[in-house]
Amino acid sequence: MGETKTLDVKLQGDLEIVMTRSFDAPLALVWEVHTKAEHLKKWWARGHEADVTAFDFRPGGKWRIVEHGDNGEEWAFRGEVREIVPMELIVQTFEWEGMPGHISVERLVFEHKDGKTTLTGTSTFANKEDRDGMVAFGMEGGANESYRALDAYLKTLA
Amino acid sequence: MDRLSLVFAALADPTRRAILARLADGEATVNQLAEPFPISLQAVSKHLKVLEQAGLITRGRDAQWRPCRLEAAPLRDISAWAEQYRRFWDERYDRLDDYLRTLQQTGPSEEEK
Repeated sequence: MGETKTLDVKLQGDLEIVMTRSFDAPLALVWEVHTKAEHLKKWWARGHEADVTAFDFRPGGKWRIVEHGDNGEEWAFRGEVREIVPMELIVQTFEWEGMPGHISVERLVFEHKDGKTTLTGTSTFANKEDRDGMVAFGMEGGANESYRALDAYLKTLA
Repeated sequence: MDRLSLVFAALADPTRRAILARLADGEATVNQLAEPFPISLQAVSKHLKVLEQAGLITRGRDAQWRPCRLEAAPLRDISAWAEQYRRFWDERYDRLDDYLRTLQQTGPSEEEK
């Protein structure tokens, strides 16, 4: 289930989205690349150029990463580190500056299983509307007929 | 409530989503919209009001018919946000996977398989 190299996305309760994925790498390494700006710069922006403009990795510390698209687009994300348990857990807030104020709390659990490292990220949204709105348009599992129709329509507008 | 919250609240209801899906095919009157649902015209009107306040639909001025029309802009905003969210994490993790592989190939600290 979480064993494939795909992102497994599930809903939990009213406010949460849970994303699981495993990696063929030792836990210590997976931890390391989450906790240092020079590593984050290499993978966090999906192959795009990225500026890690803030990364104060301690409880209460702020982070901010600006991703640069190929056509000059910019996506900026920011948040605050809330909790760190070395090699086990990172809790931080996550906010896309394109929609300021809609802040989710991301809880990232690191586990070593069957020679792989599994990351389980739980996003908790401020309210059910934010979570469901997110699910409706972007996430797996929430799609139903009416959403699909809308989705098809939106694609024609793009 | 800010605009996005209004939109999310409006979208949280399955009947309202179905109404929007119907309007994606083109304008419709309240009567036409009410047809597929086992609810009263009044209930449908209430849903339309919520959608209108969220900026998801507009209504014609003809007092008799007031056809409803889907407004794409707020949906596009949300769609962009949510799509980014999912896609970003998907692609981010693919990239992390590549990066971890690179580190393990080049790094001296190669651990057991």
